[in-house]
Amino acid sequence: MSPRVALAVAGRVLTQVRRDHRTLAMLVVLPTLLMVLLWWMFADAPGGAFDRIGPGLLALFPFVVMFLVTSVTTLRERSSGTLERLLAMPMGRLDFLVGYAVAFGLVAAVQSALAVGVSVGLLGLDVAGPVWLLTVVAVADAVLGSALGLFVSAFAQTEFQAVQFMPAVVVPQILLCGLFLPRELLPDVLGAVSDLLPLSYAVDAMQHLVASAATGDVWRDLAVVAGFAATGLGLGAVTLRRRTA
Amino acid sequence: MMNNTIEVRDLLVVRGGRDVLPGISLDVATGVTGLLGPSGCGKSTLLRSIVGVQQVRGGTVTVLGAPAGDRSLRDRIGYVTQAASVYDDLTVAENLRFFARVLGVGTGGIDSVIAAVDLDSHRHRPVGRLSGGQRSRASLAVALLGDPDVLVLDEPTVGLDPVLRRDLWALFHRLADAGTAVLVSSHVMDEADRCDRLLLMREGRVLADGTPEEIRLRSGSADIETAFLRIVEAAA
Repeated sequence: MSPRVALAVAGRVLTQVRRDHRTLAMLVVLPTLLMVLLWWMFADAPGGAFDRIGPGLLALFPFVVMFLVTSVTTLRERSSGTLERLLAMPMGRLDFLVGYAVAFGLVAAVQSALAVGVSVGLLGLDVAGPVWLLTVVAVADAVLGSALGLFVSAFAQTEFQAVQFMPAVVVPQILLCGLFLPRELLPDVLGAVSDLLPLSYAVDAMQHLVASAATGDVWRDLAVVAGFAATGLGLGAVTLRRRTA
Repeated sequence: MMNNTIEVRDLLVVRGGRDVLPGISLDVATGVTGLLGPSGCGKSTLLRSIVGVQQVRGGTVTVLGAPAGDRSLRDRIGYVTQAASVYDDLTVAENLRFFARVLGVGTGGIDSVIAAVDLDSHRHRPVGRLSGGQRSRASLAVALLGDPDVLVLDEPTVGLDPVLRRDLWALFHRLADAGTAVLVSSHVMDEADRCDRLLLMREGRVLADGTPEEIRLRSGSADIETAFLRIVEAAA
């Protein structure tokens, strides 16, 4: 593992994102606009639905967006030959993955800071715990999304296939993460499945933060999310082969 | 035999159930070696095996005394794939800066490699907006970073205008004179006379191996294209 190479990869990915103005604008602004839409949706409804669903969505956006962006970018690296060139150079596989995780983690930090700031400051989202921790959880979710995106891109030959992994890998997690139905009300089997899915812990962390000032549960959930992200990066490293058929 | 930069022995590569390289052996010394043969004859697979990115079923490939793909070789081989392996959304200079950082060679050599491939006036343009020939030269510039001991170039002159092609071959010879072993593949037979040594390939096998002069004389032909045909017909 060489920090020099990992930072070179991260810097290069960030330059590419900066160069693509439309993608950059969407990455930064879209989650915030969706939070506004959600707030507006529930504006006339009784019962604090925005406070209930909002935190979950703050966990969801960085996860989904980074999953998609990373799986498509890595696939492009594989098909354009740049990955082959890099692997023929003195670059460790982990350098490559950590570089991506750092770059997209930074993008997620900006994205989430804005979404959290607008949600709490303008839309009146009630947060009992420390607000900065919301952003930390969002960054962890983004790194998790990147890690899974890197991993699944190994199983896609085309960008069409890569995008299809979103309904296959991400949507079930959204359904079972507690956003639609509290996890304890799920049938036993699905409850057990949802205990094994990373997004459940990401959403739990956000909901704990909003509901209570005690941060013990949040840190535990955060550790689980980080563990999944590390495992994802490890699995991703296994799929990056120097020698290919 | 000790002078050989690259030694390939009984190399067997199977792709999609087909023997792409059915156990071939060859040597590459310093100088400019041309690997000539029609599309699909296994040139790229051989080059990938030498660089160490090809899954190999059997045989050995030794580069600079180490097994191909060895960690110690990763900053000593410059490799250009057929597809221009550069980032379209970055400029020429940004691409080179990135790869120089990965190689750990510092950014001081960037100007000289850009000049070597004649892209000075395009250094701040995104690679995606360059012509096909300019993109492949940007890719070649990356391979020149850090003065590698071995250059493996997969069809670097395809689609280039004749003036540029001549300039690139001159560059290959300058590098070879400075001690680099340059291995260049091409499916264009008229590039044969620009090489110090030739390996003619067909269907995964080496048909002939020698200087262009030797190969022409041995087959009694006026040019390499005819020599290629005569050798194929003699073997049939």
